[in-house]
Amino acid sequence: MKLKKNIAVSDTGYLFNPSTGESFALNPIGLEILVLMKQDLSPEAIAGKILKKYNTEKATFEKDYADFMAMLKLNLLLDDDEET
Amino acid sequence: MKKRNLTIGVSGLNAIDSPGPGMAVVRGLKEAASFKARIIGLSYESLEPMIYMHDLVDKTYQLPYPSSGTDIMLSRLEYIHEREHLDVIIPNFDAELYAFMKLEKKLKSMGIHMFLPTLQQFEERHKVNLSSFGEKYGLLVPLGKAVYDQSEIFKVKDDFSFPVVVKGKWYDAYIAYNVDQIVTCYNKLSAKWGLPVILQKFVHGSEYNVTGLGDGKGHTIAAVPMRKQYITDKGKAWAGISIDDPRLLELTGKFVGSTQWRGAFELEMMKTQDNKYYLMEINPRIPAWTYLAVGVGQNIPEALVNLSLGQKVEPFREYRVGKFFIRYSWDLLVDREEFEKISMNGEL
Repeated sequence: MKLKKNIAVSDTGYLFNPSTGESFALNPIGLEILVLMKQDLSPEAIAGKILKKYNTEKATFEKDYADFMAMLKLNLLLDDDEET
Repeated sequence: MKKRNLTIGVSGLNAIDSPGPGMAVVRGLKEAASFKARIIGLSYESLEPMIYMHDLVDKTYQLPYPSSGTDIMLSRLEYIHEREHLDVIIPNFDAELYAFMKLEKKLKSMGIHMFLPTLQQFEERHKVNLSSFGEKYGLLVPLGKAVYDQSEIFKVKDDFSFPVVVKGKWYDAYIAYNVDQIVTCYNKLSAKWGLPVILQKFVHGSEYNVTGLGDGKGHTIAAVPMRKQYITDKGKAWAGISIDDPRLLELTGKFVGSTQWRGAFELEMMKTQDNKYYLMEINPRIPAWTYLAVGVGQNIPEALVNLSLGQKVEPFREYRVGKFFIRYSWDLLVDREEFEKISMNGEL
C-alpha cells in the first residue's frame, strides 16, 4: 500500500490531504513509518528497519503497523482507495 | 499603465455573524489589477457595518426593501446614478436578485452594467425546485419537498426519515427530529422568509463549497473549492481551506456547462462517508467567503465586473491549494452623527 502522491507530509509530522482539506498530526513513529513508505519500501523492509532501531517485539510492531495502515485507509490517504 | 476608474455599487454590507458577501466583494474589487474601483455601498439597514468602513466603501446609499417593488427600487437607483454615475452594480443578496434581474435591461440603458443569471436559471436552481433541477441536469441532490401549508407537513412526512432539514425560502435552516419540531420550524421560517418552506432529506457528511463564475455560454471562468473547517451555529463557514478535488471541479464544470450559467454562483456540497457528493444548494451570487478565491489567485469580483462590461475574460486555470481563511469579528467605533446621517438622510 502506498501513500497517495499528492499527500504532503512535513518534517514536523503535519500531514495534509489537498483533495479533502483534512490535516492530521503524526506522532514521531508514525512520521518515521510514513517517510519509509514514501521511499517505496515494502512492509517487510519497514518492519526490518523499525525492529532494528527500537526495542520491540515483531508481533507488537505488526499489530501496530496494521492498525496504522487501517487508519490511513479509513482517511483515504492510501493510493488503492477507490474514491467513487 | 494607468488603470481606468470604475464606480461600482455593492450590496451585502452586513459583515455580521451570518455575513453578506459585500466585504469579500469589495476587497476583491480594491485589489483588481484591471481597474481602480470607487465603491458605492447599497444598504438596507442603518447598522450594516460596512456603511461605516470608509477605507473600503466611499459612499453608501440606503435602498428600499425589494418587497416595496421594482418601481420604487428603480427610482432610488436613478437618484443614486445621477449623483455617482455607476458603471456596474453587484447585488449580493438572494432576496434582492429578482428585483435586479427585472431591472437589468432598464439599468443597462442607463449605463449601469450587471452580470446576473437569467430569470430561468434563477428560478430552476431555487431550493424549492432543486429536486427537479438535479434530475434535469443529472446531479445528485437530496430529496426535497416544498411545503406551502402546515397541513402538507403531515402528508409528506412519511417520505422522509428523521432528522429532516427544514429550510427557509431565502435563508436559514434547522434540523428537526420529529413532526412537532418540523411544525415549529415551519412557523418560524414562514414568518421570517415567507412561503414555501422546504423539507430536505438530511445528508450526513463533510461540507464542501465551490465559489465560481460562469460566462453564460457554458464556460467556467473561475472555480475554487473549499472545505469548511469551522462552522457556526448558523451553518456558516467561519474558517475554510482551499482544496484540490478534481471531482468537485468536474461537477462544477458540469453545472456551468449544462445550465449555461451566467454570473457568479456558490455550490454547497455534502460529501458522504461513501464519497458521494450531494448538491445541497446553489446560491446565484458571490458567497461571503469568496475573498479566499481572490487570495489564491482567482479574483472573481474583478472578473465579474469585466464580464458585465462586455469584455473578454480568460478562464482562470489555477489556484493555490491549502490556503485557509479564518473569519474574525471586530468592534467598529462609530460617531453618533454618522449613524444619524444614514438613518435620517439615507446616505453617508
